[in-house]
Amino acid sequence: MKNIQFNKYYKLFTLISSGLAIISILLLIFKGLNFGIDFKGGTLIELRAIDKQINISSLRSSFSKMNLGDVAIKNFGEDYDFLIKFEKKGPEKDLIQNIKKDLNASIGSGYEIRRVENVGPKVSAELLKGGLIAIAVSLGAMLFYIWIRFEWQFSIGAILALFHDVLITMGIFSLIGLEVNLSIVAAILTIVGYSMNDTVVIFDRVRENLKKHIDLKIFDLTNLSINETLSRTIITSVTTLLALLSIFLFGGEILKGFSFAMILGVILGTYSSIFIANPILVNLKVNYKTIVKEEN
Amino acid sequence: MLYFSKLRIFTILIASLFFLFFTLSNFTKLDDSFFNKKINLGLDLQGGSYLLLEIDNKPVITKELQNKITFLKTYFKDKNINIFNLKIYNQNSIRFETDETNVELIKDIFVDKEDPVNPFYEKYKSHQFDLENQNNIFTITLSKYGIIELKNSSLDQAIEIVRRRIDEVGTNEPNILKRGNDRILVELPGLDDPMRIKNLLGKTANLTFRFVSKSTEAEFGTDLMEFEDGSESPVYINKRIILSGENLLDAQPRVDSQTNETVVTFSLDRVGAKRFGKATISGVGKRFAIILDDKIISAPVIQEAIVDGSGQITGGFTFQSATDLALLLRSGALPAPMNIIEERTVGPGLGKDSIKAGVLALIIGFSLVIAFMIFKYKIFGLIANTALIFNLFFLVGILTLFEATLTLPGIAGIILTVGMAVDANVLIFERIKEEKAHEKNQLIAFDSGYTKSRTAILDANITTFIAAIILFFLGSGPIKGFSITLGVGILTTLFSVYFIARLLTSLYIVRNKDKEIKI
Repeated sequence: MKNIQFNKYYKLFTLISSGLAIISILLLIFKGLNFGIDFKGGTLIELRAIDKQINISSLRSSFSKMNLGDVAIKNFGEDYDFLIKFEKKGPEKDLIQNIKKDLNASIGSGYEIRRVENVGPKVSAELLKGGLIAIAVSLGAMLFYIWIRFEWQFSIGAILALFHDVLITMGIFSLIGLEVNLSIVAAILTIVGYSMNDTVVIFDRVRENLKKHIDLKIFDLTNLSINETLSRTIITSVTTLLALLSIFLFGGEILKGFSFAMILGVILGTYSSIFIANPILVNLKVNYKTIVKEEN
Repeated sequence: MLYFSKLRIFTILIASLFFLFFTLSNFTKLDDSFFNKKINLGLDLQGGSYLLLEIDNKPVITKELQNKITFLKTYFKDKNINIFNLKIYNQNSIRFETDETNVELIKDIFVDKEDPVNPFYEKYKSHQFDLENQNNIFTITLSKYGIIELKNSSLDQAIEIVRRRIDEVGTNEPNILKRGNDRILVELPGLDDPMRIKNLLGKTANLTFRFVSKSTEAEFGTDLMEFEDGSESPVYINKRIILSGENLLDAQPRVDSQTNETVVTFSLDRVGAKRFGKATISGVGKRFAIILDDKIISAPVIQEAIVDGSGQITGGFTFQSATDLALLLRSGALPAPMNIIEERTVGPGLGKDSIKAGVLALIIGFSLVIAFMIFKYKIFGLIANTALIFNLFFLVGILTLFEATLTLPGIAGIILTVGMAVDANVLIFERIKEEKAHEKNQLIAFDSGYTKSRTAILDANITTFIAAIILFFLGSGPIKGFSITLGVGILTTLFSVYFIARLLTSLYIVRNKDKEIKI
């Protein structure tokens, strides 16, 4: 077993995390999130150029003539793959057909439309609401689970760690303007599960140690528990990150955002279960009596 | 914790073979329908089109109110109750006035559960209309359940028509489902250009035959209508309907042998034939219009009476457009217009690429995790890896057994499961290490390692499982696929850890009980 003095850094990291959380909140309020068409409505077209003449500027100039409003075009993975997004209001049944016609006239037919997504404003509002509900319900369910399994001090520690992870992940998404779509909601829910998982394993050990080392102060007891579970924490993070990295690097463009959010979440989740969840136990003065009461 | 009876080993073996069999059945072809199960590929992997249609029920509600007004008129006339100023009020209401003397009587009629004036729905415990009155002015408004009932019945009709239209086009295994009370979800695997289906579903296909009015100005009882192809300027059409799509028995695309033009021929039912005959006998020389969804397709001059109940529509069709029109006419009109409010279409090329990328990521992620475990735990790493391989077979086997749908996020879920599945074994191995530090008897150390790590393992897995369940119920589309693989993955992980890995551990330590076992 290693013996690292994690508890020496509790204050420092609590401070850093609070700072990051506040920055994230400010970012979310003032910069906001870059919602994809799932949540904002609009149309997305993934196009592959077969004709090498077709490039981003030729696409831009042909789309600018189509009266679609603000069209965003960017490369998507490969040089010859493009993602075209716009927020056309109102339904138009022949939209894609008309676009094809216009494209054929301006750049020829040396392209392939690989994917089309069109989400109406009503549906996108519902998806956003559904996503938020899913996240809220999952946080609630975790709170409930940990409340029946542990004492309230532990619940607060675990939930604050969860909020920390979700908040900072979203803050980073806001900062670098990554697109938030349905798969990001899935990633957040999985992060919630993972972060909880990691925290619970350490808490489990804290509880066991509270009974075993009655004389030990919670400040040192959390440190002992973190050290005892440290190799597990690291090994599991490593294997999970290995899996996520291979999705990120080889799983294709569509899963990039999802796996990136998950990678952030796993790193933050591992960090927070050590440096957020445990200091809270210390601050709430958890001791032997906290858990003995429960068992009577 | 480490003892396994022969029976138990046997059961584990059978279960493993069972799932192994189903995993492999994805790659083989068997005649038996029970054993030849395969995982369904989601639309994002096999390519295809997902459409969400919403019925615009406003016309249905207006029509219901109009019918109600007609009904109320005759009903109260028969009862000799004087009502007047009967008209549609706002969107969902009808308003009428009556004499002071009838106020109580009318109130009684509207709350009577048996009276057909205001039907009572037993299942909702609600009337169709809510009644309000101010002195002698009555307002009846469609109740919440009155509207639901109306929407449900229009959805039932619409889904039938949608099914017929899609079946006629003949796509591969379409999936057509109700969503809520005014939406229809259509999944069309393998269809990479849903243009034609979208066109077909976007049309109400309300067909009417009406006379063209001679007047060139707006007149009572006429509507100004445009031509579909814009070949002529708009003309005034009589409101009176000679024939509607309901009278149609059949419609087929044909090439007229004389003019070489593509036409749609139709035949009428008896009522329709009679009416059409009558109208054409009296209307020779007049122009009548064939109108589809408020646009004139063609407006020929009646050359002679048509009494055999068949005819043809010309309108400068291509063979494709004639085929589609005939299809629409055969399948009938939708009760209300529908809008496509969500569309997701993936071409087959992208689907194949996604599968390739997903499988590549799985192989690499799997290999990395396996290599890391061997590096970290040597022989016990091998045990954990064996359990991991079994875990994959179980997971894929279960997905196959239930013929679940695998999506790209679903594949991500499998890869993530691979990464997280070793966690339980890691928890156990680390615990055994700790136990060995103060317990001389190896067997006891191993045993208590298993016992003492159990709560942590359960807690850790339950939390992820909760997240997966919530995603399953609240997530949509491909995300559901992710929640399924993640959730099932947790179950198979626990099984593989507690049965496969524990069995192997037990066999290994019993064989080497006299040696020092390193972990």
